[in-house]
Amino acid sequence: MNHKTFFWFFLPTALAMLLFIALPLTSIISQSLHTPHDKVLIVAETCDPFGCKTATSVDHEATAMLKKEKPLGKWVGLQIYFDRGHLALKEVGELWEEKSSIGDFFSNLKNLPFYRAMGFTLTFTFVVTPLVIVFGFVIALGVNSINQRLKGVMVFFSLLPMIVTPLVGSLILFWMIDSRGIIGTALQIIFENPEMSLKASTGLTWITLIVYGVWHAAPFAFIVFYAGLQTVPKETLESAMIDGASRFQQVMHVIVPHLSPLVAFVALMQLMDNFRVFEPIIGFSAEAHATSLSWIIYNDLGGETRLLSSAATTSVLTIIGVSILLMPVLVRTWREFNPSE
Amino acid sequence: MFLRKVATVVALTTLASSAWAGCGISEGRVSIVGNEFPAIQTIGAGAMECAGDGVTVEKNLTADHQKINLAGMSGNPAEYTSAIVANSSIVALINNDVIRPLNDLVEKHGQGLQKSQLVTIDGNIMGIAFMANAQHLTYRSDILDQLGIAAPTTYEEMLEAAGRIRSSGLMKNPVGGAYKAGWNLAEEFVNMYIGHGGEFFKPGTAEIAVNNQQGYDTLNMMKQLSHFMNPDYLTHDSNATSAEWKAGNVALMNMWGSRIGALRGAEVDATVVANTATAGPMTVGGGSTAAATLWWDGWTVAKNISDADAEATFIAMMHAIRPEMLNDTTSPQAVWLIEGYEPTPAAAGVFAAAAMGTKPYPMLPYAGLMHSAAGAELVDFMQGKENAEQALADLEAAYTTAAKEKGYL
Repeated sequence: MNHKTFFWFFLPTALAMLLFIALPLTSIISQSLHTPHDKVLIVAETCDPFGCKTATSVDHEATAMLKKEKPLGKWVGLQIYFDRGHLALKEVGELWEEKSSIGDFFSNLKNLPFYRAMGFTLTFTFVVTPLVIVFGFVIALGVNSINQRLKGVMVFFSLLPMIVTPLVGSLILFWMIDSRGIIGTALQIIFENPEMSLKASTGLTWITLIVYGVWHAAPFAFIVFYAGLQTVPKETLESAMIDGASRFQQVMHVIVPHLSPLVAFVALMQLMDNFRVFEPIIGFSAEAHATSLSWIIYNDLGGETRLLSSAATTSVLTIIGVSILLMPVLVRTWREFNPSE
Repeated sequence: MFLRKVATVVALTTLASSAWAGCGISEGRVSIVGNEFPAIQTIGAGAMECAGDGVTVEKNLTADHQKINLAGMSGNPAEYTSAIVANSSIVALINNDVIRPLNDLVEKHGQGLQKSQLVTIDGNIMGIAFMANAQHLTYRSDILDQLGIAAPTTYEEMLEAAGRIRSSGLMKNPVGGAYKAGWNLAEEFVNMYIGHGGEFFKPGTAEIAVNNQQGYDTLNMMKQLSHFMNPDYLTHDSNATSAEWKAGNVALMNMWGSRIGALRGAEVDATVVANTATAGPMTVGGGSTAAATLWWDGWTVAKNISDADAEATFIAMMHAIRPEMLNDTTSPQAVWLIEGYEPTPAAAGVFAAAAMGTKPYPMLPYAGLMHSAAGAELVDFMQGKENAEQALADLEAAYTTAAKEKGYL
């Protein structure tokens, strides 16, 4: 392909990338480096149905003047990145100075919103991702080996958890695990503990979210592996059988190596998805026990307060986090496609 | 035959709507955003009556109104010409300068308004209040009578009553509370802190000051109450708490006046309906201030719209709150601030709250930031993961970070 052809071929993609990736990125990075101007406060008489009193309010004219001069807001550099709501460098430093032990340091770290969110996000990511791959693979092997007639039905049923909207799926489970719901009550009877509540304990909430995460994402891994299984060469399997390999040995030495590029693909997608865990936290009303970076963004943007700079900063940190997480997989893929001489 | 019928109906409807268009508006665009509880639905429907020749009236009443009203009023021209707000949510609209002073419109078209309905800041009328609301005690009279307990007037008495109900075996978790992490938990903190006589900010500044003895007492009382609640209390908002009440699982709770009507709804068990009683808000810690806040709901008019649309909006909203709208259906829906309103039994709790001199929710530009910080940072204390001092220090730190970002400190 000569350069001119390549240019015209690539142009639409480049434009789309500029519009939908580069511009929003520039926008959030610039937002994260600015904050709104200092509000000019005045004390004025405020009246409502319950009487009058003097109270503080914002002087709009003065504040609007500031905004007109610098529409982007006040330049603060990396201040938001380092404040208590994000990397909290000062607070972390203090905790490190005052620590009595390393364990003590980490448990105090959980008091800071960013590290609390990272604690759950990373646990969720690194527990759910391998489990999804294992379950997806086992289900794929199972479905692949059953009767041809039943296969269609089984594939459909195995995909159901992924078809259900995450928010709806988690809300349904939320009511089932309620201490008066069917699963909640069943667990109370099984463990003979009438006080047991999945929603009141942090540990049990984390387990619930992780189980939900695996339940929801396993079908994705399943369908990818199932497609991969259709391409396993029959000859290799037959020769393994002639060599006397057991079913387990066939799986370990023929099927798994054949599917390994798919494992990398599923791991990549899952690491990315799980790092952005969000809907289950809302669906399970789990914010008291588990938060994630996405939840922090949502919380900053919603409600009455609208911390736009904070949300932008958390978004940038999320992108950095995803890049770090994906680095090993990306490096590996790059090496595979560019074998060094 | 069928077609003829349809034609007649259509003709009649058109006639009816043009007849109703007698709100005195000749042209303009009215678009309302607001919450969705019954009283607000009534207001929305009232404004819709003004639709007709050259006048369009739309409404978007949803529980998510706070997430969309600011965005919907920031454009020019604004999508929404009026937002129905409360004393906390009007602050975000004022802070962002998206609603207009109504002084001239009140002078021109606001003859029926009472002075107390005008929400005024520095002489500018920013909103028109039409109803009042408050949280107050709601109790099961049959359960209390059975054990010979009087309706509690303080939170200490509530704890004692809860203890007796539990030990009698009538109910396992007799106290209901909207303690869901986030807005609801923070609201209960605000109520209880005010009851202990606390001030949220250093006078005249945006500096927070809650890490004090009143703060500790507040948190300890909330913790003690939570021992008598459903263990899932940190996930229960007002809806879930109401559901617990309707199911007959709780006997004592602090609940919004605007939700009492629904507790006596048709689908609820007859015993619960017959014995749902209300009283004024409780005091706490020997104080005389009610551990509750007074709220008003009112409407505003957008800034970024033409004067003609603003006038049309004002007239339509005035039509919605005209004294003639009060009838047997609408009167029990709220404590209306409209002239000619006669209190119904459902309003008793809110009236008791007002009579006790309950403080209104602080209408400060940075109160919302404090509220959000409290909703997130007090959770660890409620779960027993940290002490009151640490939780309040976290709350102050989280607020300070947010207030710095927003330019208040």
